Amino acid sequence: MDKTIPSAAAAVAQIPDGAVVMIGGFGGAGAPIELIHALIDHGAKDLTVVNNNAGNGRIGIAAMIDAGLVAKMICSFPRSSDPRAFNEKYLAGEIELELVPQGTLAERIRAGGAGIPGFYTPTGVGTELAIGKPTCDFDGRTYLQERWLKADFALIKAEQADRHGNLTYNKTARNFSPLMCAAAQTTIVQASQIVEAGMIDPEHVITPGLFVDQIIEIPNPQQEELLIRAEAVYP
Amino acid sequence: MTDHKLSNAQIAWRAAQDIHDGAYVNLGIGFPEKVAQYQPEGRQAIFHTENGILGFGPSPAAGQEDWDLINAGKRAVTLNPGASFFHHADSFAMVRGGHLDVAILGAYQVAQNGDLANWRVGAKGVPAVGGAMDLVHGAKRVAVITDHVTKDGAPKLVEKCIFPLTGLACVTRVYTSLAVVDIEGGRFVLREKLPQISLEDLQNLTDAELHITDPVIDLITPEL
Repeated sequence: MDKTIPSAAAAVAQIPDGAVVMIGGFGGAGAPIELIHALIDHGAKDLTVVNNNAGNGRIGIAAMIDAGLVAKMICSFPRSSDPRAFNEKYLAGEIELELVPQGTLAERIRAGGAGIPGFYTPTGVGTELAIGKPTCDFDGRTYLQERWLKADFALIKAEQADRHGNLTYNKTARNFSPLMCAAAQTTIVQASQIVEAGMIDPEHVITPGLFVDQIIEIPNPQQEELLIRAEAVYP
Repeated sequence: MTDHKLSNAQIAWRAAQDIHDGAYVNLGIGFPEKVAQYQPEGRQAIFHTENGILGFGPSPAAGQEDWDLINAGKRAVTLNPGASFFHHADSFAMVRGGHLDVAILGAYQVAQNGDLANWRVGAKGVPAVGGAMDLVHGAKRVAVITDHVTKDGAPKLVEKCIFPLTGLACVTRVYTSLAVVDIEGGRFVLREKLPQISLEDLQNLTDAELHITDPVIDLITPEL
């Protein structure tokens, strides 16, 4: 078994217009910048993007929005140190926003990967984010029904991958990525290093390779926070 | 009327006195993060951040940042011995599952029944909720630290929240610049107040009745 592929461009070429794409990362940690930029080069449009945030600066998801590729964002916190790209499109009515509490977003993605179509949570009960959602009482308390969230593709940044797709992450770059790997039909991973099967201690595997479809090695990947601080722009 | 009030540091100090040794604690982004600086000698709390760390420490020196090691406020942090990493679903299982001892948040308004409004002030602009709606459900204690009134002098402890709600009946204690107030049985119960302010003046700065069930203790903090 060998899930490696030759280039980021080859990996994202299969993503069609209108796809739902989950992208790992929280703040500046864990964004698969090389895969995102390859997707911008590929140019798939009308995408629904799932991420905690809605882009920052002029790179990564913000650059996808700037390029007009994103029709809808599903996220918890579309605010950042430089939120121009999303704000401009949102305030102009050119991008749709589905705002989801952070823990609910994580659990919806987890449920999507786990084959659980809905679940009940206390989060959001009685708030404007509960409007239109069914509720149910359990043991005397009211809970909100939330639905699973699945994607056509996930773009993920890992630290190490073996050829079977087993993954490790770097510190808080892990965030949503293990959940997204399971919730997407096709999971594309960029790893700083690809090693032979058996080189990652099975006790240390965070995402089992079953959830991963394609791996590309990107040594020394770009780090979103550093790009933003350098005021980088893509393309 | 008096000009006496606690600084943000002093409010954070007061909130820190109620965190027991070994507590698992989530501090909201911004002002609540200050609470970590005032842990009493001999006590060690373990701090949780939504993006996947238990046991993080202060920011590193400038130039020493690892931008893959950040907290929910996107600030670079360090790790204390015994720290762990986990993904977002585990992180919010810790929150919703009732495993955190204390969550401390900021507020626009807190109502006497414990309703909290702290995520947006109106329908304008770009809404962003983050983890606030999750955090108010699950921690064994949900406390708010806040100025007693807004910059314009309007009460923040109110009969009913006007701003969009973050959660219903979730706050159990409020540490303000003037007082410590518990929320019990749908009402504000005054526990501590600055000795320099009269009960009457404090009540005038509060939009709902402050109940007194036990002697009110003087709220005294160090100069910080």
